[in-house]
Amino acid sequence: MLEAQHVTVRRGTKVLLADASLAIVPGKLTAIIGPNGAGKSTLLRVMAGELRPSEGAVSLDGRDIRDIPVARLATRRSVVAQSTNLSFPFTVLEVVMLGAIVPGFGVKDPEAAAAARDALAAVGLRTLENRMLHELSGGERQRVHIARALCQLHTAPRRPGETAALLLDEPTASLDLKHQDGVLTVVKEQSQSGRAVMLVIHDLNLAAAFADEVVLMADGRIVGRGTPDEVLNDDLLSHTFGCRLRIVASGDGRRLVLPAAIARRARTGAAAG
Amino acid sequence: MTIADSKLKSATVTPSRPSRSSVFIALTALLFFVALLSLAIGPTGISLHALPRALAAYLGYASDSAAERDRLVLIDLRLPRTLLAAFVGAALATSGAMMQGLFRNPLADPGLIGVSSGAALAAIATIVLGHGIAASLIWPLGIYALPLAAFVGGLITTLILVAIAGRHGQLAVGTLLLAGIAVGALAGSISGFIAYASDDRELRDLTLWSMGSLSGASWQKVFAVTPFALAIGLIIPRLTRGLNGFLLGEAEALHLGIDTEQIKRLTIATTAAAVGAAVAVAGVIGFVGLVVPHVMRLISGPDNRIVLPGSALLGAILVMVADMIARMAVRPAELPIGIVLALIGAPVFLHLVLRRGMGGWE
Repeated sequence: MLEAQHVTVRRGTKVLLADASLAIVPGKLTAIIGPNGAGKSTLLRVMAGELRPSEGAVSLDGRDIRDIPVARLATRRSVVAQSTNLSFPFTVLEVVMLGAIVPGFGVKDPEAAAAARDALAAVGLRTLENRMLHELSGGERQRVHIARALCQLHTAPRRPGETAALLLDEPTASLDLKHQDGVLTVVKEQSQSGRAVMLVIHDLNLAAAFADEVVLMADGRIVGRGTPDEVLNDDLLSHTFGCRLRIVASGDGRRLVLPAAIARRARTGAAAG
Repeated sequence: MTIADSKLKSATVTPSRPSRSSVFIALTALLFFVALLSLAIGPTGISLHALPRALAAYLGYASDSAAERDRLVLIDLRLPRTLLAAFVGAALATSGAMMQGLFRNPLADPGLIGVSSGAALAAIATIVLGHGIAASLIWPLGIYALPLAAFVGGLITTLILVAIAGRHGQLAVGTLLLAGIAVGALAGSISGFIAYASDDRELRDLTLWSMGSLSGASWQKVFAVTPFALAIGLIIPRLTRGLNGFLLGEAEALHLGIDTEQIKRLTIATTAAAVGAAVAVAGVIGFVGLVVPHVMRLISGPDNRIVLPGSALLGAILVMVADMIARMAVRPAELPIGIVLALIGAPVFLHLVLRRGMGGWE
């Protein structure tokens, strides 16, 4: 279990994260939602061990991650950042292999290449392995980086019972609808196979469709948490996002979040039609 | 786990790229060939045929004047010069590759963070002040004054940069880069002022220094740089994987389990030592640190496990070839090696850039 306990992050006088406590549990997909500037990415970076909290602590299976050497930490959590730019001409396979060629993993190149190919297959990019990364579309590149994170978790030597956490910061931001679904299906499979998954995501409907637990943030604080049904309610969301939102039921009984104005227009449009 | 059980037909990474071992074998073979050539070629016209006689003279088995002359030319002049050329090329090229990896910028160069400029400023000050007010201070150091000054200058520049960029316990790469440019410009400006104030003879020394030359090669200098060469050779294998992680970004490197602070410190210290030592024995030689890693990446891709050691080999080859041209083109006089390197390197580099496009380096 990856757990943040009363974590506060300050930069200068500004409070980016205030007293946030959160547990990312193996086997569950936890989605972090909230408006821009709510502190979602800051929370992810703290949980990844990238940012040091000003107060509070982050622990992995009960041990403070500051006490875990970075090379050990890398065997137990991988991260897909919001955007990763490469300034050198790597092929797709080489980028994914970087996930396995970590100091201390002791993974040889052929083994790394095999794991990398499997990870590429999991995100549906197996056929592009010899293409240059910079030739790919934004959505394809994002999937390559997800494959790299999967490759890292897969090849890492772990003891039985140790949590393997996958942290993703807006992995679907630059993807079209088909690939949003494809990527989140892969992410969901990771949680179903026992990994602890933390997903920062803007799209409330995707969060509702894929997450086991939803955490709502605003102004650096966690303001709501629970199952998608519990958190996605009109009042809480409208208050948090500062605009009127409506929850409507889709055909199959799923909840859909829509800005009130759009929901109204859709209804009148349907009536007129 | 779905990823676990796939069988793999081939272990090759990328079909279009040569394997690591074939690259190293080819470059090592080329290195030895060029080194022999460098021993065989010189304005005196003594070729490798004279080597047995020279060795005999060196070991004391021959003492006639012809053998003595061969010993002097081959063993006291050309051999240390060849070794120094190899060291300078390897040091500058790997420094460039390391800087480019650290800054994630293929245009980074040891000159960029001001280490070369700092080393050169100290050297230039030594040349000019050596005749004047500081003469008594410098005189006891003798021929070591200039190399020592260059090395100390490079080191001081680096320490200033680390102090500026490392105020909060972490080294900010962006700050380091900007501070390096500023400090380099400052050192260049002071160097220019000193050159402006110097007399004609000093100016000629300065010009040679600032364009690089291996004409002062000696066994003393070879011994002086040997510890640096060994240290760099030991450290580089520890840096390659870490710098590969840096190519994705500093945060990503951390996520991949790389001790980013350690990699930064090791890389900067190694670069300072390598560039300081190279400037100390050969003056300021540009271009090698920029171009050699580029060429290595075009040959083998950006994996630093190939690029770093490969750059050392290719840099050594390039500087040895350039030095041969420098001593033969206008014999019995010599060209500054920087002129030769720019002359042969720039067109080759342009050709590669035009042929391959930017190769994704936009």
